[in-house]
Amino acid sequence: MFIKLKSLLYNNEVRAIAFQVLAVVFIAYFVYQAFDNMMLNIEQSGIRSGFGFLNDEAGFAVNDNFFLTYSPTSTNLQAFYVGIVNTLIVAITGIFFASVIGLVIGIARLSSNYLIRKMATVYIEIFRNIPILLQILFWYSTALSVLPSTRNSMNFLDSVFLNSRGLFLPKFIIGTEFYLVLASFIIGIVAYVFIKKRSTKKHDDTGIATNTIPHFLGLVVLLPIMAYFVFGAQLEYPALKGFNFQGGTDLSIEFFSLAFALSVYTATYIAEAIRSGIDSVDKGQKEAAAALGLRQGQAMRLVVLPQALRVAIPPIINQYLNLTKNSSLATAVGYSELVTIFSGTVLNVVGQAIEVIALTMLVYLTISLFISLVLNIFNKKMEIKGK
Amino acid sequence: MNKLLKLSAASLLVFTGFSVNADTLSDVKSQGSLSCGVSTGTPGFSNPDSSGNWSGMDVDVCRAIAAATLGDARKVKYVPLSAKERFIALQSGEIDVLSRNTTWTATRDNSLGLNFAGVNYYDGQGFMVKKSLDVNSVKDLDGASFCIQAGTTTELNLADYFRSNNMKFKAVTYDTSPQTKGGFEAGRCDALTSDVSQLAGLRSTLKDPSSAVVLGDVISKEPLGPVVRQGDDNWFNIVKWSLNAMIEAEELGVTSATIDRTSTSPGVQRLQGKTGKLNEHLGLNKDWARNIVSQVGNYGESFERNIGMSTPIALPRGVNQLWIKGGILYSPAFR
Repeated sequence: MFIKLKSLLYNNEVRAIAFQVLAVVFIAYFVYQAFDNMMLNIEQSGIRSGFGFLNDEAGFAVNDNFFLTYSPTSTNLQAFYVGIVNTLIVAITGIFFASVIGLVIGIARLSSNYLIRKMATVYIEIFRNIPILLQILFWYSTALSVLPSTRNSMNFLDSVFLNSRGLFLPKFIIGTEFYLVLASFIIGIVAYVFIKKRSTKKHDDTGIATNTIPHFLGLVVLLPIMAYFVFGAQLEYPALKGFNFQGGTDLSIEFFSLAFALSVYTATYIAEAIRSGIDSVDKGQKEAAAALGLRQGQAMRLVVLPQALRVAIPPIINQYLNLTKNSSLATAVGYSELVTIFSGTVLNVVGQAIEVIALTMLVYLTISLFISLVLNIFNKKMEIKGK
Repeated sequence: MNKLLKLSAASLLVFTGFSVNADTLSDVKSQGSLSCGVSTGTPGFSNPDSSGNWSGMDVDVCRAIAAATLGDARKVKYVPLSAKERFIALQSGEIDVLSRNTTWTATRDNSLGLNFAGVNYYDGQGFMVKKSLDVNSVKDLDGASFCIQAGTTTELNLADYFRSNNMKFKAVTYDTSPQTKGGFEAGRCDALTSDVSQLAGLRSTLKDPSSAVVLGDVISKEPLGPVVRQGDDNWFNIVKWSLNAMIEAEELGVTSATIDRTSTSPGVQRLQGKTGKLNEHLGLNKDWARNIVSQVGNYGESFERNIGMSTPIALPRGVNQLWIKGGILYSPAFR
């Protein structure tokens, strides 16, 4: 028995496990002690704790609100949701435009045209090397001073207005007519996807290419517009009443400045990732594509980019995560996202720092993990099969 | 999820260093200085000059406490805090007292583990608008947009006021006071709303002060005063009576210049520490109140020096006048 135990003690595998278990127990104990101590301190100093505050009335107004119902009589929980939605919207917008700009600039970096190549380099070197907070503040103050005041708004067809407070757009009045138009839009998209799939299959089978652009215009653009007139859906137009535009919907200038700054900044990193991805594709691939008779654009789209993206995706994932986290800098320009609303105003009203900050961190963690998950799945799909 | 929460809460604890301190006075004495939370720059209340010396109404409260406890009004370490940071700094023990134009509200007093030790300025929420708008009253501002600083009672008062008057508004919320002013100057909003005492100071720092006017309307009451942590009653009393000593001195007509003159008045003698045992209950030296008046001055002196009519802020005494002169400033009996 004793010998058996002794031999266990000298067994490397057992030792390794034992030390790991010890480490976990030690960390768990430390965390437990710290948490216990904290709760005790909070109780002793008479600070309210728990998550009951989420059901209290928020009492403050929020500037940017996209779909949710919110007024100062709403609860803190609803304010929390508004913050999450606003964070997601600015992150998604930023990710979309950063990807588009990044792709274009990344390809331009390798252009054979001297001017285009140099301009792309200058763009990257400038925007990558200025702190993002300064850029946000710069675009915000630029937008405020360049755009006209409310009374001198830029007017597009009396339905869209742009001024130093934001972009004011007409909005659908939700009703049967609106849902009919929406349905026709969805039908159009589904029908187009179907046609596109069939033409791709036809191309794969017979080599005959079909131009699907007319189908796209007809189904996705023309059909909803026709439906709009046929069913007579009602639009609510923004109109200048008193100090501001009333009615319709609006995107605040804070949202634009933040989304723009985040896109422009993150695009530089994405462009570099794309460039290095393209660089990593063997030159022979391009030459082979040319030998097959593919045009330069086709070679890039069909041969080089799919291979380049494989290399570029992991660093791009990081940039998407950075962009999402950087969106919390919104507090400097007053865009009402999660940090501004929740760890700003709500925290100050209820004063429960630990609960509020913990919830905020949890949201960012969830969003980041979700982005990682989605892109890792995409990455798996893009990987060379059978490798 | 629960695990995650605990983990993040625990890391918060490690970084903020929560501590419950029951004897602030002896801590202050052993450190040799008072750690006082002030604003990041509010003219007339707590504002650093070009060489880093702080001055203002709120700063004078810090100095009074240092004079009472350490005998030297200069022994203050000023900790500039934004509106969002202030309560956490106090709760976590980073500062000994918060003296930063903080409104005394029931929620703050009852649920944050804090105690308000008195009122050193009775304020109210007002509005500054562009002169070109030709607006004379808040009632004309239906549909207007407002620049506000985040984390203040201002946000809540504004929503309350417009709701009760069935008026619409848009709020643009900034992090700091200079950003709020910047938004107003750039025309992002029609009006800026804040405490009246701050509006005067903000207006004087605009590029063109004559382009804006402060409206006469006041929509809320904002009693501003020093705040301490709960759980140290002696420290709470010291802060409370340091402020009261300044008010009492003005009522007795004693100034920094006259405090050391021999007086037959029993009130003045108690203030000078010649009679009475007020100091013993607080655990302070006999000359604590004398030090406050001689080094900082009485309330009126502090007011005139920092925000009175001779300063650029030029605020009238208004309700912040002694009760015997028609105001509401009133120290409980100093005996």
